Amino acid sequence: MKRILAALALVFVMLTPALAVSPDEVLDDPQLEQRARDISAGLRCLVCQNQSIDDSDADLARDLRILVRERLVEGDSNDEVEQYLVDRYGEFVLLNPRLSANTIVLWVAAPLLLAIGLIGIFVARRRQATPTPAGLTPEEAAALAALEDDTDKRS
Amino acid sequence: MSIELGHFALILAFAIAVVSAFGGLVLWRRGQRLANVMSHAAILQFVLVAVAFAALVHAFVVSDFSLLLAVNNSHSLKPLIFKISGVWGNHEGSLVLWILILVLFGALVAAFGRRLPADLLNLVIGTQSLLTAAFAGFTLFTSNPFLRVANPPLEGGDLNPILQDIGLAIHPPLLYAGYVGFSICFSFAIAALISGRIDQAWARWVRPWTMLSWIFLTLGIAMGSYWAYYELGWGGWWFWDPVENASFMPWLSGTALLHSALVMEKRNALKIWTVFLSIITFSLSLLGTFLVRSGILTSVHTFASDPARGLVILAILAILIGGAFTLFAIRAGALRQGGLFAPISREGALILNNLFLATAVGAVLVGTLYPLVLDAIAGTSISVGAPFFNFTFSALMAPLLLVLPFGPLLAWKRGDLVAAGQRLVAAAALAVFLTILISALGGVSISMVPIGLLLGFWVSFGSIAELIERSRLGRIPLRESLRRLAGLPRSIWSTAIGHLGLGITVLGIVSVSAWETERVTTLNPGETTELSGYTIAFDTFEKVPGPNYVAETGYFTVTAPGGSVEKLEAERRIYVASGMPTTEAAIQTYGFSQLYLQLGEPLEDTHVIRVWHKPYILLIWLGALVMAGAGMLSLTDRRLRVGAPRPAARAIPEPAE
Repeated sequence: MKRILAALALVFVMLTPALAVSPDEVLDDPQLEQRARDISAGLRCLVCQNQSIDDSDADLARDLRILVRERLVEGDSNDEVEQYLVDRYGEFVLLNPRLSANTIVLWVAAPLLLAIGLIGIFVARRRQATPTPAGLTPEEAAALAALEDDTDKRS
Repeated sequence: MSIELGHFALILAFAIAVVSAFGGLVLWRRGQRLANVMSHAAILQFVLVAVAFAALVHAFVVSDFSLLLAVNNSHSLKPLIFKISGVWGNHEGSLVLWILILVLFGALVAAFGRRLPADLLNLVIGTQSLLTAAFAGFTLFTSNPFLRVANPPLEGGDLNPILQDIGLAIHPPLLYAGYVGFSICFSFAIAALISGRIDQAWARWVRPWTMLSWIFLTLGIAMGSYWAYYELGWGGWWFWDPVENASFMPWLSGTALLHSALVMEKRNALKIWTVFLSIITFSLSLLGTFLVRSGILTSVHTFASDPARGLVILAILAILIGGAFTLFAIRAGALRQGGLFAPISREGALILNNLFLATAVGAVLVGTLYPLVLDAIAGTSISVGAPFFNFTFSALMAPLLLVLPFGPLLAWKRGDLVAAGQRLVAAAALAVFLTILISALGGVSISMVPIGLLLGFWVSFGSIAELIERSRLGRIPLRESLRRLAGLPRSIWSTAIGHLGLGITVLGIVSVSAWETERVTTLNPGETTELSGYTIAFDTFEKVPGPNYVAETGYFTVTAPGGSVEKLEAERRIYVASGMPTTEAAIQTYGFSQLYLQLGEPLEDTHVIRVWHKPYILLIWLGALVMAGAGMLSLTDRRLRVGAPRPAARAIPEPAE
């Protein structure tokens, strides 16, 4: 019975929303706090669906928020805090992936697509421009001459 | 009994779809006689799927817990509207809704398409039936919504509480109407490729369907965004969630299609590209369905995570999309290009529009799928989140917004950039002036803000520049100007209003990103806090039972800087059946700005209160509404309704005396 109660209690704790940034987490120094917020917005809540730890109500996100603030208080720079978390949780924790051999394709995709599109348009135009309109057939030339002749006479 | 009737109707619809897909795609040359049969088959499919859908709705409304789907997703205490919307708040039911809209569009083509050439109609309905067959088959064989339980329970398991919202009643049907509407463009593209015939009449046919789907998708996305904003509880309105991206990509590509179909309709150019975009747009809709339904992505949108289903959907996708592109590769060369134009021209501007939109689609697609692919290939997990998308997407949209106002001012074939620029001088000056003024007054903490503001104002004023120019406002008497305005073609109005909507949305996004303020604090009843000039008093706190949940409600009094006083209620709810907690934020609107107040968890005998001030946030969705309205205006344009001449009516012989 005790076990069931404990299990129920655990379920309840997991379900209770501990919503994003709580007042008891906030640092006294507003500048440090703002830095903490900026860093948090770029860190993934690892157990959530595509949420930053700044937005998430999960317990893990809370732990990470507190961790970020602890590192800042100890004098880490923003990059050092990020590195500290990457060392522990891997690149997965960063919502903005770093440029590396693994992510080079991701980062160059957009400029590359734009370049391919531009080249495609250029090639299509070149190809389209090549067939110049064919000259007049002898019959058409004769008809045109007759028309011009006619106009000249009238004026 | 009605369940079995619905089940049977869906099976019958599947069978008819299979036959009609075969008939349409193989025997399409048979002409008018086949077309008559195809039209009836399309309408019959719609009637049958409607019966199947109605059977499900009925079971949910009367809480028939012998239906497995109702057991898992309904509850007898739920309000009626949520019982109905619960039908599509799950994997199986949402598929039936998907199919219902698919066959509805097929039936609409059959009903309004009597003037289409018979061969084209056969091919279009044939392709449409192929899609119906694929998805009805998938539903029947892997995700049957009509399964019964031998021993019906007394009560159902209830619907995910986050989904128990009016949003679920509106958001999925709108979104699906948009997604699935693009199937018509797809079918027309396939028909053009198979028959090798494509002309301006084709574009004139495709464009209203594209526009209609685009309007639905625009409204659906805006609605979903607003729903997430008020329901999820921290006031975010766009998360670059893979599922959001899945709906955003068809929107971007559909927007490109609208513009390229315009070039094709007016100038008979860009044919191959337009066909390609038609295929791409619907493929992205299908990909969205796959991403959401397969369980590859877990999110609130994913109802079932069953790998077997995912594989079947993937197979359907591979066959449909792969088949379409193979057909494109073989047949695209047969389509003749026409309509020469100079680089600086309306056509050129629309190509530039397509270039940036298509690149944006590519960038979002790569960003969405990259983590999945990298995980599969290298086994490395990375995250691609909001910071990446914000950067990439803004970088691609900025040049598009910059050149946008020029487009409508350039002439077809050969435009005059200098003349267009001269007509935009006033708009540019006004945009620069307002940007400097607001940046000075509002204080700018992020360096990109002035650029965003400038672009937002530039697009807004630039879009209405043509209206002002054409009405000669200020240069001739006002009444004459108004008369001229009223006489302008609807296409000019809808272009201007649509682009204005985009500008409004940009301004809303910039404003809320730059000047949002937030306060997180603990309060007891009787205490007050303050944010951006608003005074928030926490009056009382009580527990209130709801129909199928218990709520803790905080009552607040907010005094605005102007002195107006409002009473607000914010709730935390625990749903009885599932034990799941949700929060209901209190939102108060001041003009276009909102105050967003959320009652947080209890903390050491006090309550955590979070308040946000979101300046001009409503502009984001207002802009989307304006865009959709512009689309509707464009649909009423006579030129779109008169697609092709009506075939001469057969003379009715006079009865003899």
